[in-house]
Amino acid sequence: MRTALPAMEYWLLRNRRYWRTQLSAMTVGPVLYLAALGLGVGSLVDDNVGADGVQGVDYLAFIAPGLLAVTAMQQGFEESSWPVIGALRWWGSYPAQQVTSLRTRDVLTGHLLYVTVKLTAAVTVFTAIAALFGAFDSAWVLAAAPASVLCGVAHAAPIAAFSITRRVEMSIAAFYRFVILPTSLFSGAFFPISQLPAGLEQVAYVTPLWHGVDLCRDLALGEATFAASLGHVAYLALWAVGGYLLALRLYARRLAP
Amino acid sequence: MSATRDEASTQEGSTALGAAPALVSARGLVKAFGEGDKRRVAVDGIDVEVLEGEAFGFLGPNGAGKSSTMRMIGCTSPATGGTLRVLGLDPATDGPAIRAGLGVVPQEDSLDGELTVRDNLVIYGRYFGLPWKACRSRADELLEFVQLSDRSDSRVDTLSGGMKRRLTIARALVNNPRMVLLDEPTTGLDPQARHVVWERLFQLKRSGVTLILTTHYMDEAEQLCDRLVVMDAGRIAAGGSPRELIAAHCTREVVEARPADGETARPAEVLASLAERIEVLPDRILLYTDSGDDTAAAVTHHHELDLASVLVRRASLEDVFLRLTGRTLVD
Ligand SMILES: Nc1ncnc2c1ncn2[C@@H]1O[C@H](COP(=O)(O)OP(=O)(O)O)[C@@H](O)[C@H]1O
Ligand SMILES: [Mg+2]
Repeated sequence: MRTALPAMEYWLLRNRRYWRTQLSAMTVGPVLYLAALGLGVGSLVDDNVGADGVQGVDYLAFIAPGLLAVTAMQQGFEESSWPVIGALRWWGSYPAQQVTSLRTRDVLTGHLLYVTVKLTAAVTVFTAIAALFGAFDSAWVLAAAPASVLCGVAHAAPIAAFSITRRVEMSIAAFYRFVILPTSLFSGAFFPISQLPAGLEQVAYVTPLWHGVDLCRDLALGEATFAASLGHVAYLALWAVGGYLLALRLYARRLAP
Repeated sequence: MSATRDEASTQEGSTALGAAPALVSARGLVKAFGEGDKRRVAVDGIDVEVLEGEAFGFLGPNGAGKSSTMRMIGCTSPATGGTLRVLGLDPATDGPAIRAGLGVVPQEDSLDGELTVRDNLVIYGRYFGLPWKACRSRADELLEFVQLSDRSDSRVDTLSGGMKRRLTIARALVNNPRMVLLDEPTTGLDPQARHVVWERLFQLKRSGVTLILTTHYMDEAEQLCDRLVVMDAGRIAAGGSPRELIAAHCTREVVEARPADGETARPAEVLASLAERIEVLPDRILLYTDSGDDTAAAVTHHHELDLASVLVRRASLEDVFLRLTGRTLVD
């Protein structure tokens, strides 16, 4: 881990100039989603099913932790998809790093450490904004934020593995459209997956995002049980570690052919 | 930094008779890409020894396997076969330790265009584990060395090709390497920029750094290399100092005759007897001779040939390459 720090520093250095843009992106997105869905759609939902009609809480309280997990996944995707291609082909990042004392493992780990830093910033901003919207009642939400970081890493690692094998940027756009977007919409963040048609519900259970959403929601609502949380954490960790190990092999193949 | 250098030097073997130690020693080195039907051999069993303090070159056309060889030496591409020792260590197991003592100037620039000139150097120093402060002072020192101090805060995007090359060279020196690998250091540069790069490389050589460079410019090889190997299709065709190579494979001088109509076949028949050996190129005929002036005079004597020009020059590595492979270096 320590030997990978210089590679992480590179990403911080590279993104330093964009911090204002990135902070505003981290802020505006959550504000819009929470206003439109939490308040807008939420008032409609609450008028129809009652103020505790969605799994025992109002719609804003239901959706905020879901959005937290989705934000983490999207942010994880954002930083480990096209930036991997950029690092390999456009910005010289990986080619420069690989001829130094850094090992392939450090190149990958450094990038993912940066993704983790970025995720932490994004979920912190999100949590603060959602709190201002009055979305949280329990202090347990402070545990939901790190859980969402894990959810983000569980996506970022396998996405980095996927991206390092891509030769064209186009496939990243397709990946977003056909994997990330549908997962975002149908993994329980916006409505309980019990509403999904039979079959699709089982698919949703397999997605790491659903586990992230469920974990974050249970924590934020102060309803988490130890066993269920442990299960979710283990499943997300499996994706993170599995994705990392896969990425390691694919990085080695690509960087040192 | 200096610790790594000492470590490496205690482990490496010296060549016979206590000569300078071999920093690179390759035996039957092979690099193949792909498997089965798609298998393509880029480096086909080469033997190379690079001694400390020398400037060693790989001269060969595109696709000869130069970059593949450089990547194996630079420990970023595993060898498929043969043995390789770099700085006395085995790239298969000691990659990071070897790379700590190497400077690499890759064929394709790997500078980050969006970072400043200085930041590119500073972060690169971090990759070698240097403290930030040391990275910063080293960066300023090196910018001075490659005459880029005044561009220190410019984005790399705004530099010319020659400046980028110099920056890449500066970057390769951040860790005080014992050996610098330069893959086509001046390809794509204009003559002026090339000379600035050459001048810096001379300076580096004088300071005792071992250089390995690849090139397909024979003048670059002649200028910079103490010893070189001529590489073609993954094999080494010949090796030695530029002078030895010319002496072994060529006459001293060459007469170039250019037919006005560009048709070389018939004039070649007529001129064949005038030199030890001739080479017929699409646009000219080369006559290899030890007395250029006499041969040139004999050529011009053939009034029936309509020659646009006849000139005498010294034999070069280009001629050696032509002799060894039957092809020209730059097409
Ligand atoms: N990563 C790779 N995958 C497949 N083939 C490669 C790869 N790198 C180089 N080659 C092939 O190996 C041969 C030698 O290439 P290279 O070492 O780049 O030569 P040079 O640097 O002398 O131009 C070429 O035919 C090239 O296509
Ligand atoms: Mg090359």
